[in-house]
Amino acid sequence: MSNITDIRLKRDAGFIAEVEAASGQKLSTCYQCGNCTAGCPAGFAYDKQVNRIMRGAQLGLKDDVLNSRAIWMCLSCFTCSLRCPNNIDVAAIMETLRHMARKKNMVSVRKVEKFWFSFLNTVRAFGRSWEIGTMALYMLRSLRVFTDIDLAPEALKKQKLPFKPYVVPNGGAGAVGRIFKRYRERADREGVRP
Amino acid sequence: MNYAYYPGCSTQGASTDYEKSTRAVCAALGMNLVELPEWNCCGSTPAHAVDTELSAALCVRNLDIAARQESETLLTPCPSCLSNLKHAAKRMQNPEARARVNELLDNPAASEFPAVTSVMQGMAAHLDAKEIASRTRKSLSALTFAPYYGCLMSRPAEIMKFGDPENPTLMESLLTACSATVLDFPLKTACCGASYGIPERSMTARLSARILQLATDMKVDAIVVACPLCQMNLDLRQPQAEKAADTRFAMPVLYFTQALGLAFGFSPDTLGLEKLRVSADSLLRKLGTGAANAAGSR
Repeated sequence: MSNITDIRLKRDAGFIAEVEAASGQKLSTCYQCGNCTAGCPAGFAYDKQVNRIMRGAQLGLKDDVLNSRAIWMCLSCFTCSLRCPNNIDVAAIMETLRHMARKKNMVSVRKVEKFWFSFLNTVRAFGRSWEIGTMALYMLRSLRVFTDIDLAPEALKKQKLPFKPYVVPNGGAGAVGRIFKRYRERADREGVRP
Repeated sequence: MNYAYYPGCSTQGASTDYEKSTRAVCAALGMNLVELPEWNCCGSTPAHAVDTELSAALCVRNLDIAARQESETLLTPCPSCLSNLKHAAKRMQNPEARARVNELLDNPAASEFPAVTSVMQGMAAHLDAKEIASRTRKSLSALTFAPYYGCLMSRPAEIMKFGDPENPTLMESLLTACSATVLDFPLKTACCGASYGIPERSMTARLSARILQLATDMKVDAIVVACPLCQMNLDLRQPQAEKAADTRFAMPVLYFTQALGLAFGFSPDTLGLEKLRVSADSLLRKLGTGAANAAGSR
């Protein structure tokens, strides 16, 4: 019975409302059929399966859900949303939970976030993404120096990776940089982690 | 006919062969691609995974440029770009979201954007299969393909509008118009592992291996794809998938534009076939279009 008491104590009604508002989904419509979990291609890498994340969100178990590894390993392939018999956009809920966890600095799989920011920093600087720059920044941030080093000879031989970034001309790169700047400034004003 | 064109970053780096073959095939079909001036990255998965409005702002800057072009349709070859652009356009229909996205931009965006669609759908809308067949110079009847769309081209169905989200068939209709044999590929919309190749290699290796294994078991000559990231995972990362599955695939992975380009008589060089990690020479031999023996091709 301690589990039930536990759930009651951990329940955060504000969290349920927040997830529903941000995702546009009604959590209570999930009846735990498990179709989302059955179709999820990334489930093997999850700590909690999707239907369990859905149940946790439904019950308002904020910390359990936001601290999960699953929300970071989700591939955003939309199979769960497609197969939900109640038309819940489950992928939108997973994405909402990622956003909430990031904003509260509760990121349980840091390397995924490091990869995203390695990519985005090349976009912020040049207006377009740049593969070698993304790889170099990721190696620096994650201290995983040998990431994909096995691919380098072939990728370089086939000239698949430009050595120089492409900078969007005529002020385009600057305009993109300003999008990132305003995004950061707004996050600061709103008191969330950008 | 002119089409506004958003190439996406991959086509400028790792997937220049997709770009070359897309341009060659579109030209052959009478589609004039007008590249958006000063386009920027759509933000791809990292932007939407971090923040919906950041992702939308990056996309809307491009949609806004497209709105100022004289074109009703914006085409993009990349399903990830397509998905982001379409999601952003939809988000802008909500006044509250629109105001927050506009806040991030230099100037508020145009009130209406051209329709965004994939190059593949653009081709099918431009010419029907019969007309495409009439432009074929070299029959692909010697080749058997596994069509592979990946996750994003057809999902979410109400946004992507690509037919049945678990069983799209547009690629099949284009390839069969060129007389290729196209098998019913059960994993055609399964996920290849997307952008996790860098942070979590075991994810892409395992998911891509499943797709490569099935195509191998079905004895196809190649997997045909429409997505730069799928192509990279299945081709460049094929050795990682082989290691994960403890086997050897040697499976060529072509863009659908490269396959169509062969049918239209373009040379392997024009289609960038030399960029493929797993060589397409086995296909060229079956077609009698050796890389060195490109006589009669454009």
